[in-house]
Amino acid sequence: MKLHEYQARDILARQGIPVTGGGVATTPDDVRRIAEAIGGRVVVKAQVFVGGRGKAGGIALADTPADAEAAARRILGMNIKGLTVEKVLVAEAITYEREIYLGVVMDRATRAIVLMASAEGGVEIEEVARTNPDAIVKIAAHPMLGLLDFQARDLAFGIGLRDARQVRQFAQIASALYRIYMETDATLAEINPLVVKADGSLQALDSKIVLDDSALFRHPELEALRDSSDEPEAERRAREAGITYIKLDGDIGCMVNGAGLAMATMDVVKLYGGEPANFLDIGGGAGKEKVKAALQIILSDPNVRAVMFNIFGGITRVDEVARGIVAALAEVPTSVPMIARLVGTNEVEGRRILAESTLIPAATLAEAAEKAVAAARTS
Amino acid sequence: MSILVDSGTRLLVQGITGREGEFHTRQMLAYGTNVVAGVTPGRGGQRAIDGAVPVFNSVAEAVAATGANVSIIYVPAPFAPDAIREAAAAGIALVVCITEGIPANDMVATVRYVHERGSRLIGPNCPGLLTPGQAKVGIIPGNIAIPGPVGVVSKSGTLTYEAVDALTRLGIGQSTIVGIGGDPIIGTTFVDVLALFERDPATRAIVLIGEIGGRAEIDAAEYIAAHITRPVVSFIAGQTAPPGKRMGHAGAIISGGEGTAQEKISALEAVGVTVARLPTDIAQLVRERL
Repeated sequence: MKLHEYQARDILARQGIPVTGGGVATTPDDVRRIAEAIGGRVVVKAQVFVGGRGKAGGIALADTPADAEAAARRILGMNIKGLTVEKVLVAEAITYEREIYLGVVMDRATRAIVLMASAEGGVEIEEVARTNPDAIVKIAAHPMLGLLDFQARDLAFGIGLRDARQVRQFAQIASALYRIYMETDATLAEINPLVVKADGSLQALDSKIVLDDSALFRHPELEALRDSSDEPEAERRAREAGITYIKLDGDIGCMVNGAGLAMATMDVVKLYGGEPANFLDIGGGAGKEKVKAALQIILSDPNVRAVMFNIFGGITRVDEVARGIVAALAEVPTSVPMIARLVGTNEVEGRRILAESTLIPAATLAEAAEKAVAAARTS
Repeated sequence: MSILVDSGTRLLVQGITGREGEFHTRQMLAYGTNVVAGVTPGRGGQRAIDGAVPVFNSVAEAVAATGANVSIIYVPAPFAPDAIREAAAAGIALVVCITEGIPANDMVATVRYVHERGSRLIGPNCPGLLTPGQAKVGIIPGNIAIPGPVGVVSKSGTLTYEAVDALTRLGIGQSTIVGIGGDPIIGTTFVDVLALFERDPATRAIVLIGEIGGRAEIDAAEYIAAHITRPVVSFIAGQTAPPGKRMGHAGAIISGGEGTAQEKISALEAVGVTVARLPTDIAQLVRERL
């Protein structure tokens, strides 16, 4: 789950990281009032979950409250890469001398939480990694002791900071960002840019926090920050039902158990000349209700011309899946052809349940894909 | 021969009285696995699975009473990291965690702790292991596998069943099937399992099933080039996955143009691995290379 810039900024501020003051607004009037309260030059920033806001015109500098209001009129309601801007952050415009990057991520290869810093801030870190990988300094926090103070100082020295006061402040910010990463159960926490002001002090101008969906159960306060505005309706329903669903552009709906098999099923559909309409993993041990919800979500996509079930039972019981399919079809009758390939745990019972339905059986994944592609062409 | 689990496995089930734990313990017993104990804190002294398995309050108690040497975990995600640590602390040599949805950051310290205790962790978010004819430790359906010369290692659960089923249909058996799990941080990697298969005289070919995201398959390719003498056949899932979308597994995401299926397929092919286009083609390719 992604947090908005202003939500991340508030979390940074609570951990003592210097951020720019200001507020969030949804109307041009509110933007003017916030700009008046700040006094002086402000920046108006669109709050949407996409990169490249600045290039798209979603960020504007304003010298007066009236200018800020005018900028807000332009930015609010604007469409950036398919998302409508509903909120803007109005913050004091800061002058600074240079930009630094600071981020905390998980490194799978070393199985550690890694802090990354670069003297080349202000651009995406992936870009720096491509063009000038030596400009990125990385330090792995200890798996049990966490980020040690000397490591945070090493990071500061590593990006060329030398002034004792500046090194101390950078180390404090790095430690605070690491703490935020751990305490919020993030998968990414970054400040970009962290700017160096004329007096040598540091300040976070923009930040990004992405939370681990698997850890939200213990963070109701963070779950409450969820903004579903960029989440398609079907994906929201799937998430609430505990299903992973990602809509794609094709016409063959897929229901599969297991992420690996779901990806492979999409690959096979494509290999047989079809286009998958979605990725859908009902997860391990899905019961009747989940299967029913999944089928309704697949059928809510008007592009779907055939549905293919590929279930290889292990922890998932094939008879439960069959019951879910039958229950869903009883509630939402449809003329969309369905191809079922169900094998594994309790498969005999599963096939018995489906024998009375109109589903087209298939013995193998390839046969199911072939039949689904043919059915989608003729339906 | 086999790796990690066999007829000498004395299995302990953590979470044996839960819905999944109970269901799959029955399946493991039916397969002939030697399930010696169960653990559910607060249920010590009871017997589970129609009286067949004694239940203990802690892993340490269960180990002392039964000599359990492998543990399998069916505990819900919020409690699973503690269950893993408890098993490692009690001296269990091999800990297998089936649980899906464990917060990724919890696994950082947990994996380190397990290593420090000298235990090996498989998973989390994995289907476990199966040594056909000897022991089923996890949820891999026993009826799809037969004993034989092919070692199978995979990040995925059900996709592995697909490949194993196809092997069995061609009459090609398996030495051991290992599901390592699809999370970003796992206890045992492709490279670890490849090393075990290379040392196992009964394993004459290896099947490696990977997916998009991370670079574990690239590391595996480098290891294969340097250390593996047996033929390797592979399949990489997610060739049609769009970038930036997490495809179910927490680990399966193409980010910043890295971790694509094509990149992995190229790395594996460059070191002589045969990469299948369909998961069901794996079996035929193994037959050709045996």
